[in-house]
Amino acid sequence: MPNAPQASPSPGARQRRHRLPVRLWHWFNLWFLVVMLMSGLQIFNAHPALYWGSASDFNDPWLEMYAIRDGDGSIHGQTALGPWTFDTTGVLGYSGVAGQEQVRGFPGWITLPSYQYLTMGRLWHLFFAWLFAGAGALFVIYALFSGHLRRDLWLSGRQWRGLGRDVLNHLRFRFHPARGGYNGLQKLSYLGVLLVALPMMVITGLCMSPTFNAAAPWLLDLLGGRQSARSLHFIFATALVVFFLVHFAMVLLSGPWRQVRDMITGGRQPRDGDTGSDDHAA
Amino acid sequence: MPRNDKSASRRTDRQRRNRHASRRRFLQGTLIGATALGLGGCDRLSESPKVAETLDLAERLNLRVQRFLAGARGLAPEYPASMIDKTFRPNGSTNPQAARYRELAANAFADWRLTIDGLVDRPQSLSLSELRALPARTQITRHDCVEGWSAIGQWTGPVLADLLDRAGVQSAARYVVFHCMDQLGGEDFYYESLDLEEARHPQTILAYSLNGAPLPTANGAPLRLRAERQLGYKMAKYLSGITLVTHFDDIAGGKGGYWEDRGYTWYAGI
Repeated sequence: MPNAPQASPSPGARQRRHRLPVRLWHWFNLWFLVVMLMSGLQIFNAHPALYWGSASDFNDPWLEMYAIRDGDGSIHGQTALGPWTFDTTGVLGYSGVAGQEQVRGFPGWITLPSYQYLTMGRLWHLFFAWLFAGAGALFVIYALFSGHLRRDLWLSGRQWRGLGRDVLNHLRFRFHPARGGYNGLQKLSYLGVLLVALPMMVITGLCMSPTFNAAAPWLLDLLGGRQSARSLHFIFATALVVFFLVHFAMVLLSGPWRQVRDMITGGRQPRDGDTGSDDHAA
Repeated sequence: MPRNDKSASRRTDRQRRNRHASRRRFLQGTLIGATALGLGGCDRLSESPKVAETLDLAERLNLRVQRFLAGARGLAPEYPASMIDKTFRPNGSTNPQAARYRELAANAFADWRLTIDGLVDRPQSLSLSELRALPARTQITRHDCVEGWSAIGQWTGPVLADLLDRAGVQSAARYVVFHCMDQLGGEDFYYESLDLEEARHPQTILAYSLNGAPLPTANGAPLRLRAERQLGYKMAKYLSGITLVTHFDDIAGGKGGYWEDRGYTWYAGI
């Protein structure tokens, strides 16, 4: 029975708000994703330009980070996105400690290692890719068979219909914690991450491998070619970063102490009578 | 813990809050510590040989899993002629300056020979015209640089497996080492290696032609390796010889290739 309240045999044996596999995966996945992001940006920096299709049309990247020298000799970092060009000196294209700036896509504070070192970035990325994909696959299997997906993540009919109102409420910074579970928009974003963004990271990543292309050429065709796969890899990574920022903001806005504590200790499933408020001492 | 005597319930409230506050401080401390360790420590971790060794464990796993998925004969995608790039972006050496190479190039490689030696029954020494007279394969394939970009070109040349059969590979041989005539950034000559499975792949050819014309200098004249299921750095240019070996520990840096000696993975299928 979807979305039914948990049966609670006695008040002392109430369900945890987050069960152990959820908590374990949450924190491990955070660690894996940080390493994947930072080493991924290191790899991106080896050729900070993105294209569509199979090959690289070097005259027509849809995204490119580079540096130019001004008439007065000063160097500027620039980012070209489609028809637009932005001055991104200090962050994208040209960055570094004052006096030691370098021409590089993403700045040192967000790449692994901080200095340009493609092969080390690849070692980190291709090692943690196994941990990330392995843990993700185990968690999807758990979510399917434990009922976590159906019970906690899948939207009820009412939630599907109420999504529009949910969006408006969130835009007005009005959050009504759904009692004993996630609200519709929240569920939708978790489902998007778990079932779309994370699997797409693995698929687009594999499709950049020439040997994997020989194993599954149809998958490469489906993505529109190797450079499209590389672009999509970057776009889904960006989507995950946006998710992380919103997720982090929502935690801050909804009682960060309680939220983080519950994701560590498990917390308690609120009872029907509970307010589900952000009471820090709760 | 500070005392407050207003009421018992107030006190437990305060105690509870203090307990939470200290736990909070502990957590905050842990988080800040972990972040600092993360930011400052990652560079130090990257410089530790133990860490690099551990991360490198994934290479063997990648090789096994990818070989299993692609099979020994799974083909790299081939493309229609309309998708050929007008200029095929060269990388690495683009104009070798080694004296021997300059001499051979000055004479249009008429005196150049490809040698096949090592663990073979019939060592070979083949001129460019002899190679051109052999049955050849033409393929339009995508070249993926480890940096991230791709280019499509049409390559023609004899299938490496045919040349290996001509030389008669002995059963002790496990790797094919490719010797090159270019020095990349200093004294060391470029070289590469493939195992016999990748060397015998039907798309692994020694190309003397790009897009229907003789191989340009920038792309590896007179002869280069094409191993289409590998990244670009595997595909040695400016070939002079091939040696069949059981292991490559005693060649140059011992890692099986110029870039491998500089930290890149020997398995370059991903």
